[in-house]
Amino acid sequence: MIIYIMRRIFQTIGLLFLLSILLFGLVNLAPGGPLAGQGQSRHISPEKAAILKRQFGLDKPLPLQYIIWLAGNDWMRVDKNGDGSPDSFGTRKGILRGDFGFSFRTRRPVLDEINLRVPNTLYLMSITMGIALAIAIPIGILSATRQYSFFDLFATTFSFAGQALPEFWLGLLMILIFYAWLKNPLTGDSLFPSGGIASTEGFVLADRINHLVLPVATGALGWIAWYSRFLRSSILEILPLDYMRTARAKGLPERLVLYRHALRNALIPVVTLIALDLPYIFTGAVFIETIFAWPGMGRLYYQAAVDRDYPLLLAVLIIGAAFIILSNLIADVLYAYLDPRVRYE
Amino acid sequence: MADQETLPTLNIDVPDDPEYQKQVTVPVSVGNQVWRRFRRHPGAVAGVLVFTILALASISAFLSPYPVNESNMGIRLQAPSGFHIMGTDALGRDLLTRALYGGRISLSVGLIVVGIALAIGVPIGALAGYYGGRIDSMLMRFTDVFLSLPAFLVVILLGAIISEGSLPFLKGNSVWTIGFVIGILSWMTFARLVRAAFLTIRELDYVTASRGLGSSDLRIIIRHVLPNSIGPVIVEATLEMGYAIVQESGLSFLGFGIQPPTPSWGNLLTNAQENFTKYPWLAIFPGLMIFLSIISVNYIGDGLRDAFDPYKVLETVGEYT
Repeated sequence: MIIYIMRRIFQTIGLLFLLSILLFGLVNLAPGGPLAGQGQSRHISPEKAAILKRQFGLDKPLPLQYIIWLAGNDWMRVDKNGDGSPDSFGTRKGILRGDFGFSFRTRRPVLDEINLRVPNTLYLMSITMGIALAIAIPIGILSATRQYSFFDLFATTFSFAGQALPEFWLGLLMILIFYAWLKNPLTGDSLFPSGGIASTEGFVLADRINHLVLPVATGALGWIAWYSRFLRSSILEILPLDYMRTARAKGLPERLVLYRHALRNALIPVVTLIALDLPYIFTGAVFIETIFAWPGMGRLYYQAAVDRDYPLLLAVLIIGAAFIILSNLIADVLYAYLDPRVRYE
Repeated sequence: MADQETLPTLNIDVPDDPEYQKQVTVPVSVGNQVWRRFRRHPGAVAGVLVFTILALASISAFLSPYPVNESNMGIRLQAPSGFHIMGTDALGRDLLTRALYGGRISLSVGLIVVGIALAIGVPIGALAGYYGGRIDSMLMRFTDVFLSLPAFLVVILLGAIISEGSLPFLKGNSVWTIGFVIGILSWMTFARLVRAAFLTIRELDYVTASRGLGSSDLRIIIRHVLPNSIGPVIVEATLEMGYAIVQESGLSFLGFGIQPPTPSWGNLLTNAQENFTKYPWLAIFPGLMIFLSIISVNYIGDGLRDAFDPYKVLETVGEYT
């Protein structure tokens, strides 16, 4: 197992390396280079643009730019004032040493921008996922144990509908219903705020929860639909197995058979599914965060795409990809750990 | 297969006795069998119906008496009525007309995405699964690289880059470029499915027999292995159509997809966003179109999955194929 994990980590490094080349290449596909958008939107003169180019090191050949991005430029002389001749040593350390460069828009370190937003996304997404699971698991169990009952029919239909509801439409509907149409009968105010994390200074619990309701509901619905359907079919696969009959035959009460024998095994694939969804807790939900004005990673990424802020986009993509690879590894290890039938050598 | 189809299928005199019916095996072609199982799935049949209506309405959008893009400020922001079933937008354009033209865009992007994903994924999976060994591990590493990408974020990046100007072969945010961008990030499931099917099928006796008769690898792959692994691919292709529609409309919603005035279900929602609490029909109807198309496609996919699965037990009595 240890050897397996070591080998996987080794593979992961190779994978990340390939990904970094791919993503770096993609960003530099932009016609006219990464500064093109800046030049158009701010009407920078060609001379000024050339200076900017030299200052950002964009005049160098692509492979060299990639190496600088990866390993930094403090070992070489760079053109700091942009006059065409290298004058001093660079200050970039490269992503290998945790330096993702500076945001084009704010001119601040990319990592600072990300650090500012990550807590907000973690906060929103972990609550969303927690609530989704708390609702999806009971639905999945009930719907599997009462297959073809009225509840099951309702749950599966709901699950189909939930998976077909795009977040960006559901978000708008939520605002329409719970912000615009439904009013608090006592005060005449909207039932829930339509966006933001809080509307008061400092921490007021009720206010925080009020702001969470709509984004969490929007995000959780899809997950509930997806997880409950998955758990249902996972349980249905286990119910006809021999060891279930054995458990009943030896006289265990139905409740124990169901929860100790069926559910425990049925949850194994669900756990790995959750592990695979963990990257969203970092990258956030672009639609929910843009619709509900939530200052998290998804909105940061969207804004960066609008501004063509390539260093920031690249950083989020690389870190996001690293999270995906990591969560794949976690899912595989968890699977082997939870299911003794699965063995890796 | 061809011989089976010419055999009498349903005109055999089968007595009504269910016990007798169980014993009789009537040869039925695979396609026929799948169809008979498929039409038993009420959701799938409803899905086909709804999807066909959406597609036909979108195709015949030109029949609408109202122009798609010309504004008519005299009738701006009218609520749904007999004249404008979905109401009109801020420039006085008929929303139904625009939603139907948007349907053309969204559905064609969906088709293009599925086409591109099949064109990349099936050959990669087939080569990896058929030859195995080093080719397999190289192709699968390549697939892993794409699977490790935060797909939708990359789609946003590419959409942003494309709207900046034109790349070689890809000009601006057209149906083709958006379909291409989503398609090159959607083929991985096909590669994996086809590879898995090929790994099993290449070991079967009829493949060995064909090889013994001197068939080339290409012939074996195309004539013998591919047709027998097509079931899961068709199911996945159907579901992929739904994902593609969501991604296209999401991308257009964020402003990196199809650009106005060309309508797409996604950018109709963006337009609505400014004032939708006052004029809710602007937000409700385009989203409803997205919802209906995706749910119908998902039900069709579910029906196809059941129909292609030989181990799925059908509850209705009388299945004697």
